[in-house]
Amino acid sequence: MNTKDNIKTLVIEKPLKLDCGQTINNFPLAYETYGSLNKDKDNAILVFHALTGDQFVTGTNPVTKKDGWWSYAVGPNKSIDTNKYFVICANVIGGCMGSFGPSHKNPETQKIYGTDFPVITINDMVNAQINLLDFFGIKKLFSVVGGSMGGMQVLQFISNFPDKSKTVIPIACTSSHSAQNIAFNELGRQAIAADHNWKEGKYTLQNTVPDKGLAVARMAAHITYLSKKGLQEKFGRKLQERDDLKFGFDADFQIESYLRYQGSVFVDRFDANSYLYITRAMDYFDLVKQNNGNLSNAFKNTKAKFFVISFTSDWLYPTQENKDIVIALNAIGANVGFVEIKSDKGHDSFLLDVPDFLKALKNFLDKSYLEE
Amino acid sequence: MKQEFKIISDLINENSHVLDVGCGDGILMEYLVKEKKVNIRGIEISKTKVQNCIAKGLTIIEGNAEEDLKQFPDKSFDYVVLSQTLQAFLNPEKVINELLRIGKQAIVTIPNFGYWKIRLHLLLKGTMPVTRTLPNEWYNTPNIHLCTIKDFVYFSKDKNFKLSKSIALRSNQLSYIKDGNLNLKNLSSNLGIFLIER
Repeated sequence: MNTKDNIKTLVIEKPLKLDCGQTINNFPLAYETYGSLNKDKDNAILVFHALTGDQFVTGTNPVTKKDGWWSYAVGPNKSIDTNKYFVICANVIGGCMGSFGPSHKNPETQKIYGTDFPVITINDMVNAQINLLDFFGIKKLFSVVGGSMGGMQVLQFISNFPDKSKTVIPIACTSSHSAQNIAFNELGRQAIAADHNWKEGKYTLQNTVPDKGLAVARMAAHITYLSKKGLQEKFGRKLQERDDLKFGFDADFQIESYLRYQGSVFVDRFDANSYLYITRAMDYFDLVKQNNGNLSNAFKNTKAKFFVISFTSDWLYPTQENKDIVIALNAIGANVGFVEIKSDKGHDSFLLDVPDFLKALKNFLDKSYLEE
Repeated sequence: MKQEFKIISDLINENSHVLDVGCGDGILMEYLVKEKKVNIRGIEISKTKVQNCIAKGLTIIEGNAEEDLKQFPDKSFDYVVLSQTLQAFLNPEKVINELLRIGKQAIVTIPNFGYWKIRLHLLLKGTMPVTRTLPNEWYNTPNIHLCTIKDFVYFSKDKNFKLSKSIALRSNQLSYIKDGNLNLKNLSSNLGIFLIER
């Protein structure tokens, strides 16, 4: 994480009271935009990224030099067509791509926050990002879109700002983080904490990086993003550059080698403390509880048009959890569409080349844009 | 446009709130939006057909009517439409009850198994009838609960549903079903269209 020259940053001066009770102000929010805002300023789409995403939605990420995380869905003539729409995406607070996060210095002590950074929530993330609308002079977005944790931000956004978007597209997400998902996140956090280089979160001060722990966290999480069938078809029991088992603990199997690789490239681009903070924000997300047990109340003040999308092989945020959102919306007569996309690619389906998904997303957006 | 859809449209008031259960490719939905400016939602079980509806800009929920109607509050629609789908449900009575719970009125159309051509088919050929409205063989048909117009009228009486309008269709000819002509309409019509309330 060194080439940060290409990062656009908005400094939010307005104080933001976090759910944990602390107030922050004059904090940076890193963002990127694609396409151009039209004269009526009615073509803006705010995209929210998932746990390990960032503001570089499409094109080449200037920091990692890899394709943006949603390159399949966002770009000229794609589902979220940047020839038509103005796409904005911000790095979440707590993140590590320029927005206010645990790798930043505490202005009062001039020391890097580490685990002294305040615990943030999905609610805090969207309350920080609403400032982008003022910055661009946008009264109402055309759409808010996101998958996984991005979907949670979508739901929280429209709950907090019911008249700030015409359409709302939560993808492969939930209104309330499940015990299973909290468990997986805790596994990741414990992997990081078990790395002796973590130093209770103060690793930067001691010039160490808990990369082994972070890599294990990523490996475990990566399994949850795929499906059993997808893994079996892609890897099966294929061996990694060898003809037979070696009777040792090297990566004999391709799946082992693949996971190790995923872990190793992840540590180059992600901060371990950010991983702790963002997974915590996901665990704390419970829009049902926020609304005293009735999810419908989260949406009762909005006239926005919703489109909920889930995937058949997503066992992390399964169809039923997405359908619960649809049910809550139908209970109050909201305008909601729902589709479950058939895919073997697991939770990651929303990031990949899944034609039925990309087609549905494009059709929904393009048709809705023409509606009064 | 199918004559059936024109008749359904005539039963529906402008600007009303409508749910089309088993909406297929959304042809009726589009027609009702154009003709009656309705605020309409569809439920459809086929993923391909759901995609087609999205491509038309229709608000569609992928789902199974036998399980997914329960999410809608009581009387949340002015009309709930069920076009030639009742016979495909495992429990048609339960579905009708749900339609009447969530809709102020329900519009149900049924392919009439009492139609003379169907009776003749069974009488002369001795095999399960295959017709234009019922094109499947017995072993692969989704239509597991077929009934006649007469069956449906008796069912409604039995369950105390009010049939506000009962229309029979033969080819494209429309007529009204009354107590006095029930036997005749049951023989001469290939489709029954009912406006029901409780």
